[in-house]
Amino acid sequence: MIAFIVRRLLQSLVVMLVVALLAFSMFRFIGDPVNQMVGVDTTEEVRENLRERLGLNDPVSVQFGRFVVNAAQLDFGISYQHKKEVSNLLAERAPATLELAFLSAIFALIVGVPMGVYTGLHRDSWLSKVFLTVSLVGISLPTFLIGILMIFIFSVWLGWLPSFGRGEVVDLGFWSTGLLTVSGWQAAIMPSITLGLFQMTLIMRLVRAEMLEVLRTDYVKFARARGLPNRAVHFGHALKNTLVPVITITGLQLGSIIAFAIITETVFQWPGMGLMFLQAIQTVDIPIMAAYLILIAFIFVVINLIVDILYYVVDPRLRIDRATAAGH
Amino acid sequence: MSVVSSLPGRRGADMLRRAWDSDIAYSFRQSKVTMVAAAVTLVYFVFALFAPWIAPHDPYDLSSVSLMDSFMPPVWEEGGDPRFLLGSDDQGRGILSTIIYGSRISLAVGFASVIFAAVLGVTLGLIAGYAGGAVDAFIMRVAEVQLSFPAILIALLIDGVARGVLGNEAQGDIAYFVIILSIGLSFWVQYARTVRGSCMVEKNKEYVQAARVIGVRPALVVFRHVLPNVLGPVLVIATITLALAIITEATLSFLGVGVPPTSPSLGTMIRIGNDFLFSGEWWITIFPGVALAVLVLAVNLLGDWLRDALNPKLR
Repeated sequence: MIAFIVRRLLQSLVVMLVVALLAFSMFRFIGDPVNQMVGVDTTEEVRENLRERLGLNDPVSVQFGRFVVNAAQLDFGISYQHKKEVSNLLAERAPATLELAFLSAIFALIVGVPMGVYTGLHRDSWLSKVFLTVSLVGISLPTFLIGILMIFIFSVWLGWLPSFGRGEVVDLGFWSTGLLTVSGWQAAIMPSITLGLFQMTLIMRLVRAEMLEVLRTDYVKFARARGLPNRAVHFGHALKNTLVPVITITGLQLGSIIAFAIITETVFQWPGMGLMFLQAIQTVDIPIMAAYLILIAFIFVVINLIVDILYYVVDPRLRIDRATAAGH
Repeated sequence: MSVVSSLPGRRGADMLRRAWDSDIAYSFRQSKVTMVAAAVTLVYFVFALFAPWIAPHDPYDLSSVSLMDSFMPPVWEEGGDPRFLLGSDDQGRGILSTIIYGSRISLAVGFASVIFAAVLGVTLGLIAGYAGGAVDAFIMRVAEVQLSFPAILIALLIDGVARGVLGNEAQGDIAYFVIILSIGLSFWVQYARTVRGSCMVEKNKEYVQAARVIGVRPALVVFRHVLPNVLGPVLVIATITLALAIITEATLSFLGVGVPPTSPSLGTMIRIGNDFLFSGEWWITIFPGVALAVLVLAVNLLGDWLRDALNPKLR
């Protein structure tokens, strides 16, 4: 057990180091960092001074070491574009993204699970067929298209909901939340549905498949034979046993939600980390790109690590199937 | 027709009949949804291949495009112009023509990146499966790490890095290679994993051992003997990843890091139109959006059907 965790930890560490190396080489070898920081008419002497001060004349290995140490202390340098500390920028933007991700996960769960249960229990009803068709469309349509269609219907056509931004936010000092104002909630509806739709269809299909499986098992038959009401059988016995894979998949998908937030945030101009990352790509703002890359990799590695360890604790056999569950 | 040439003709007819009676054709004929999907996909292919002859005008030919024609609504709306069946965009390009040319780009980029991903993935999978040992462990470890990140993120990153290396002005033709490269590199894993699995099964079979015994070089054994026997599932993955590749290209283009706006793909058109959604010119976004959705849905349905039809467990 300990050996497994240690090995897994080491592997995660290697992955993080590789990602850091990638980020570092982006930082160091794409363009000249000095050129990005000074004006065109700066003298060679000033440039050389800056170069020395930034440590760009040191051996590459020393620079990489410094980069890793700084990154571990959340110091990713200064954005070329915004001229501010990248870590501060990310911290400013993180609440928006995390709130969005959280709301979409909740949406996916509270809509996806009942739909899955219903389609599992009533396989041939017309409503199930409608749900399944909708889920196929939900999987097929690109996220940004769903967002645009929703904006077209609910903002342009009906004029019910705002199409961009977070609405009014309340600053709690360390965290700015949109969940305390009416306009904040209104602004969050469409982005979180757009972002959660794919996860919702995934959860729905998963719950349906699991329900169909579980309803055939002996203990469900036995529960029926005991004369328990349908409700108790369906929810107490069947649904409870489908929830373990649902929770793990939701956990694994959390990383994907944060990554897909890039698209949703762009469509709805949601001021989160994803939007900043995309703007950084367009303007080749390497420090932000590097920091975001490391951050996302860290989130993924931590989630995968936790899931792996949990699987190991719960059932060693499942470890083999893990990779397929994580895939898209 | 002489007697000599009628012989291959008969054989061709025979083959057609046998193809018609095969399991796959049967399951195809049984599924109406699949037939519709196949027909829709075929229409897109024909439009993409013969775009210059089908489209009302060439949207890339600047001499035929006039700013005077910009923001024309579709024909059935007030102020519509019969030259622009589905209206025109901000540059005066007809939406119908841009959709036809745009599907061409979307399909071309989709196919190219799927082929690139397949070649890369199949090769690496074969090497991993046949060589085993440290090589196998290394390739599969990389695959596993990549699989835990969403493809769109990887494509975005590769695109961003390429942009940084080439400089922002490196648009035009290079942009296509960059986007094909980034989509291809983010989808090779599925191929590699599947092919590695079947390769490990195949390499212990007698025909492979026989080939090795008579002294065929390992590279030749892998590519001439093992490869043809592991290609079945690759076709299914290719169909499914084609839909994903089209979506990814559209998404990248929508985000503004895809193909250049001078020759717009469907995603670029949606992005351009998105700016005008609020000023009432909805047709610039909605028509390309519907075109993209229908294309992706059709390819997805075909992929689903192909997977089920080729899966012996479901027969």
